[in-house]
Amino acid sequence: MTITAAVQAPPAGSTAAGTPGAHRRRDTLLRWGFAAPAVLYMLAFFGYPLVRNVVMSLQHYTPRSFFTGESPFNGFDNWRAVFDNPLFTGSLWHTLVFTLGSLLGQFVLGLALAVFFSRRFRLSGFVRAVLLLPWLVPMVVSAVVWRKLLDQDTGVINSLLTNLHIVSSPVPWLSSPGVALLSATLVNIWIGIPFNMVILYGGLQEIPRDLYEAAALDGAGAWRTFRSVTLPLLRPVVTVVLVLGFMSTVKILDLILALTGGGPADSTQTLGTVTYQLSFQELDFGQGAVVGDILILVSAVFAVLYLRFNRANLGQGK
Amino acid sequence: MSTRRLRRGGNTVIALIILVILLFPLYWMLNIALQPGESLASTDWIPTAPGWENFHRALSSQGGPLGTSLVVALGAVVVCLALAAPAAYGLAQLGPRGSRTVVFGTLITQMVPGIVIANALYSAYVDLDLVNSTFGLVLADASLGLPFSIVLLRAFMVSIPREVVEAALVDGANRFTAFWRIVLPMSRNALITSGLFAFLFAWSDFMFALTLNTTDDVKPVTLSMYEYIGAHVSDWGAVMATAVVSAVPAAVLLVVAQKYVAAGITGGSVK
Repeated sequence: MTITAAVQAPPAGSTAAGTPGAHRRRDTLLRWGFAAPAVLYMLAFFGYPLVRNVVMSLQHYTPRSFFTGESPFNGFDNWRAVFDNPLFTGSLWHTLVFTLGSLLGQFVLGLALAVFFSRRFRLSGFVRAVLLLPWLVPMVVSAVVWRKLLDQDTGVINSLLTNLHIVSSPVPWLSSPGVALLSATLVNIWIGIPFNMVILYGGLQEIPRDLYEAAALDGAGAWRTFRSVTLPLLRPVVTVVLVLGFMSTVKILDLILALTGGGPADSTQTLGTVTYQLSFQELDFGQGAVVGDILILVSAVFAVLYLRFNRANLGQGK
Repeated sequence: MSTRRLRRGGNTVIALIILVILLFPLYWMLNIALQPGESLASTDWIPTAPGWENFHRALSSQGGPLGTSLVVALGAVVVCLALAAPAAYGLAQLGPRGSRTVVFGTLITQMVPGIVIANALYSAYVDLDLVNSTFGLVLADASLGLPFSIVLLRAFMVSIPREVVEAALVDGANRFTAFWRIVLPMSRNALITSGLFAFLFAWSDFMFALTLNTTDDVKPVTLSMYEYIGAHVSDWGAVMATAVVSAVPAAVLLVVAQKYVAAGITGGSVK
């Protein structure tokens, strides 16, 4: 929308035709012309679904709608149905545990690795690059591999744990409702570590060396330096990592579908999988859209918080 | 001096231990894939008698889906670059005002959950007759790499000196020929990096493959593997061999464009 506004409103001082001003105006239009196809595409593939989803959440949508083209508005019926659905209420809690657990685990381990790899030693760059592999492998592939690793009877993790006498009997990682959500969270932590590590490592490289030298001169130890120099200066990067991590984790679908399919006994259903189930399995796209709206809302709240935080930071001149 | 070297050596050892732990799942995938002897109960820690039987079995049943994935991902790369390169050029030339719009725009696109897009896109695709079509999936998958490519290419094109383009304009070229003849060739590396990422994103896609296809006509390998483990979980050897093949693009990206990958992740998400 900002873009169309810019096209319609040429910069001030370019009025009379045939003057350099008119030429510049044509040039500005031309430059936007280069961007126009991509902008139109993004409006179609991001903007339209956003709006359409909100409208759909107020419509009665059934498989019949696709043939008849009729999807009458039904007010907040879908919303009421979704909020009364125990599948949804359960998924809220699972999403919270899964998202916060994933963020915490990914961040702590990612930061530890970023700090560690900031030291200079042989193979540091090589190992750091290869560690990205889990993040680049398709999520479904990771989920399938972990499904095998965590298999109660044939999984290597259980055979390792029992052989080392850490557990007395195999853990039902993916087949017990009490453990499955924890397992899914652990797998997602594994997937997210490289992303956190890379961005935090980049942030660490931006911190001026002389600050560490000054801290060392003042006699600060490693932990003190980390708390008083590293963490405060890393804060903007930390915000970015956490906000992006939140927005990508809260909507996860691939991983859970391929790992547990939402089970056992719906114990790993999250907002993403419930949207999928309502829309594409129960074929009630209106109700699916309701959960989608909630996902948008949650992401938007975090995006706004993030923007406000950044502005507040700028305001303080940090 | 020697204690310092010792400490550095120690760090390398720790780094390798971290590597072994974090990459163990991927090693195990390869290990199972290389052990043909269908042994469910116990898998050897090292494939002492490696064989390619699992891969043969995987390719005979997953060859089609792998081909589909390849076609869809290459198509997505073409769409993505065809849209992103001119857009990045236009925005790079427009200065800070344009770039702020793009950064804001990419932030917004990252906020839109994929399942929300699929939800609305499905009904639009039904109307447009794009369900179960390779072209429809290509278009949808291109959206995965587009914002990222625009940001990455714009960041690169901003660094091309304005004089280079202006000199061409003085010589009588119009903006389009300047873009085609000068800016694109100069941006070759950035285009390759964007293309590789667009390929990887489309290759990894599962959600659009799952939701925008109701028949078996268009079935990329991510979807087919998902259905495979639902149907015959017992043949882990073939599943893991498929997984290994599906992970190849990620490995290639890491080797070919290693130095750009980390920059790409940070560039696409932070700046």
